[in-house]
Amino acid sequence: MNRDIRDIEDRCMYMAESHPLDEYLRQDRLPHIWCTGCGCGEILTAYIESIIELKIDPDKVAVVSGIGCIGRAAGYLKFDSFHTTHGRPIPFATGLKVANPKLDVTVISGDGDLFAIGGNHIIHAARRNIEMLIICSNNFTYGMTGGQFSPTTPVDAFTTTTPYGNCEKPFNLPDLMAAAGATYVARWTSLHVRRLKDSIKEALMRKGLRFIEVLTPCPTGFGKRNKLGSAIDTAKYYQDHMVIKHDADTREVGLEDPRADFIVGKFVDIEKETYLEAKERIRSREVKK
Amino acid sequence: MAKGTMKYIGKGLEEKKEKKAHAKVYLIKDRCKGCNFCIEFCPKQVLVESKEFNIKGYYLPKLVEIPGEKECVGCGYCSFICPEFAIFAELKDEEEH
Repeated sequence: MNRDIRDIEDRCMYMAESHPLDEYLRQDRLPHIWCTGCGCGEILTAYIESIIELKIDPDKVAVVSGIGCIGRAAGYLKFDSFHTTHGRPIPFATGLKVANPKLDVTVISGDGDLFAIGGNHIIHAARRNIEMLIICSNNFTYGMTGGQFSPTTPVDAFTTTTPYGNCEKPFNLPDLMAAAGATYVARWTSLHVRRLKDSIKEALMRKGLRFIEVLTPCPTGFGKRNKLGSAIDTAKYYQDHMVIKHDADTREVGLEDPRADFIVGKFVDIEKETYLEAKERIRSREVKK
Repeated sequence: MAKGTMKYIGKGLEEKKEKKAHAKVYLIKDRCKGCNFCIEFCPKQVLVESKEFNIKGYYLPKLVEIPGEKECVGCGYCSFICPEFAIFAELKDEEEH
């Protein structure tokens, strides 16, 4: 590691030129475009750390992302990655996995991309149980386009397109995914990076469609209009109000009130025949005939 | 319990107290965007905001080390919580302290 270390007495801090995770990042694109306090960077950290700890060959990792703030993740990660059109990371990842089953396919995208524009794709991918890991960064709004309301915006929340308050009920993402047939469903926040990393590690070792929702602060797009304060205030809110409850009933984990306690944890962890296994079973049955 | 076991137990605890992990904190100055997550969520509270700012105008964190009270133990939470890949801690070698 090439590091210029200067011990400055009045600051007691060592200056460095590179970060230990830099070999997994496209450094020519850093620093990234995400706002101060955005949780997207922590998702990348957790993902890279889990790849390192599981000793997965980086050449066998494929990351697909859609449009949105977190959609830039594919550009920053130094794996085989692709930045798809709006809402279409799941069909792209499905093709990738079916064509090359050896790949570890991960979709990192946002709530608007996966559940509004790509809503149909994700429920059908879960129904087919295609082997992929989906990490959904949920910031309750469309951050990149200027803070419009999304399918996860809580009722009464103010956004640029709901200036008098939102009157639509939000999606309960873990419940939707569990009902559609996902084999692993968990929810964490960007503050619980260690737990998130452990969860990603666990999910990477499972088969089937695995879904992890990560709540991230959006101080610029959502927090400002709803008087949630800075990213630190949101993170402290996460610290004070989150309740870890593994195996909770997914029907009870909705985030309808943005100021109430909320449940995080691992909700679903089951084993089910995946799409590729079913395909192989039926193919071998036909060959025997 | 055999005779004299207690004094050995006591000794073991004392020795453990003396051994503390020490770590150096590194900062990549121009990546910092001043979100103050590292300052706020450091379990040992060893970081504070300094008056120095970087090329983008964000105030950087600095280390306050009070020997015996506030010392970085290298848990690495700052590198986990930093969204900018700007800060990390590395454990010092045994010979250095």
